[in-house]
Amino acid sequence: MSIVVRGVNRSFGDFAALRDIDLAVKPGGLTALLGPSGGGKSTLLRIIAGLDQPDSGRIEIAGRDATDLPPQKRSVGFVFQHYAAFKHLTTARNVAFGLEIRRRPKAEVRERVDELLRLVHLEQFADRLPSQLSGGQRQRMALARALAVQPEVLLLDEPFGALDAQVRKELREWLRRLHDEVHVTTLFVTHDQEEALEVADEIVVINGGRIEQVGPPSELYDRPANEFVMSFLGPVTRLGGVLVRPHDIEVLPDDRAGSHQVELTRLHRVGHEVRAEARAADGSTPWVQLTRAQVDDLGIREGQTVWLRALGTTVPVAASSGGPASEAIETGDATASEPDAAPAPAGRTA
Amino acid sequence: MTDTLTRQTTTAPAAPPRRRRRTTRTAWVLRLIALAYILALVALPVASVVQHTFADGLGPVLDVLRSPDFLAALRLTLEVAGIAVLLNTIFGVGMALLLTRYRFPGRRLMSAVIDLPVSISPVVVGVALILVYGTYGWFGPALERAGFQIIFAVPGMVLATVLVSLPLVLREVVPTLEEAGLEQEQAAQSLGANAWQRFRRITLPTIRWALAYGVALSLARSLGEFGAVRVVSGSVAGTSQTLTLYVNDSYQEFGPDAQRQAFAAAFVLMAIAVSLIVVIAALRPDQEKS
Repeated sequence: MSIVVRGVNRSFGDFAALRDIDLAVKPGGLTALLGPSGGGKSTLLRIIAGLDQPDSGRIEIAGRDATDLPPQKRSVGFVFQHYAAFKHLTTARNVAFGLEIRRRPKAEVRERVDELLRLVHLEQFADRLPSQLSGGQRQRMALARALAVQPEVLLLDEPFGALDAQVRKELREWLRRLHDEVHVTTLFVTHDQEEALEVADEIVVINGGRIEQVGPPSELYDRPANEFVMSFLGPVTRLGGVLVRPHDIEVLPDDRAGSHQVELTRLHRVGHEVRAEARAADGSTPWVQLTRAQVDDLGIREGQTVWLRALGTTVPVAASSGGPASEAIETGDATASEPDAAPAPAGRTA
Repeated sequence: MTDTLTRQTTTAPAAPPRRRRRTTRTAWVLRLIALAYILALVALPVASVVQHTFADGLGPVLDVLRSPDFLAALRLTLEVAGIAVLLNTIFGVGMALLLTRYRFPGRRLMSAVIDLPVSISPVVVGVALILVYGTYGWFGPALERAGFQIIFAVPGMVLATVLVSLPLVLREVVPTLEEAGLEQEQAAQSLGANAWQRFRRITLPTIRWALAYGVALSLARSLGEFGAVRVVSGSVAGTSQTLTLYVNDSYQEFGPDAQRQAFAAAFVLMAIAVSLIVVIAALRPDQEKS
């Protein structure tokens, strides 16, 4: 294992940022630490890098106990949300920094810097200062700088958090492709579930200082361990006391097993999809995500009474919907009547 | 993808012609008052020093500048100011790092105490030094027995100068350090840099303009210090007389020669001050740019 975290606790005053964290990060993988702000994911990343110290617990990097090593001896590359570019050095000198510290021969440094600048598509900006680069360029420079010293692991703290949506999307794809080329064990922090689902091989969901679930994206999406993971990874709606994805609900014209009677209150068209809002007898207001074709086929309209039935993954709603739910999870069709809608069986990764 | 990511705005849009605000009569009056004020307070005195200095031509001035007393005063001034600035620079950078990078009890008190010496009168600073290090002071007798004389000697003058310019470097460096934050240093650390390498390669270049500005300010203050140095120096011509003391003592004497000495030395002090102001003005915009 490239990174192993054992029983790590960290508190800031009364606030417990991390509680009994145990984690083993897949070597060579691209792993996302996903969770809401203040959930402890950045703290965990900084503790792995040595920029913060755990109150208790151990950190192993590449099979070595690194808990008491200073950051400069841990062989980690760290990329900050706000780039942390060395403002007084050119792009090339920024990338060369770690190699110069290691007193590598000049020719070797130049060769390696050229290679890395090509890798991050910055070769024509070698002599620019960071202030002359855009945010996306600065972040790619920071990545090249971290990779220059060939670290055992690469840690990225919300690497695209400070960029605008378009650039963020491009860099996301680019990071995926870069990782396929470089294969360094990478752990990145994000609060954007779309980013995690799209880029990562494996996702670690962290909330309230605890790990909620670890697994490949499809597994987390299809078989969330609890209410929190379910609602954090994608849209959810409540239907008859369970959480279900709005696209996993079928609309029926009559009462069948496991269905709930509702009145359609609104059909709201958003681009190619239709959001059907409804009201149930118990006062809950589930909504269903449909396509226009489905709406035409069903011939539904506002004010009509229909029956809704949950397909696919459902998670029971905890009685107190505050803390993370720890109930047993029902995977599979809630009504067990639609085999084609059943989710992937345990262990399968889509 | 590269193209969309790497495109730079190479041509800045032409700046729109700035509309000049019409100058009202009030503005003219205000300008006139400001001008008169500066003229009366700064320009006239400076001009009169220059005029008095060169009233009899260049020759007598050069004679003064070659006299042993003047040269001794100049040498002593440079020595005292040089040591004081060096000490203040080391202290200022170290203390700035301590104050911005660490949280410890008494931090704010310490920060306030550092400002104290420049807030109280230099004469009081001088007297306080005598009370501590003088012959009848707390440490004076012990130091004298050990062979160190502080008061009425160069160490006392350096101490006085250090005190009156204590926080100047510190106060320039602290905001720059705070603005730069810790991330660049942490990035350097994760790239393998040890404490000294981080300071040399990251911290120092980050604060260089603020540091230069602080040094220039300290130097100006140190060269011009009079009150505190006067109290602790004894002001013996040729041995413990700095340029400011030389100006004062010469001016107190009677006779055209003494007056000329005073003006010539005053002119030298002023010339140094003006060149420092030029250096400071040249540094200031650089600092704001970065």
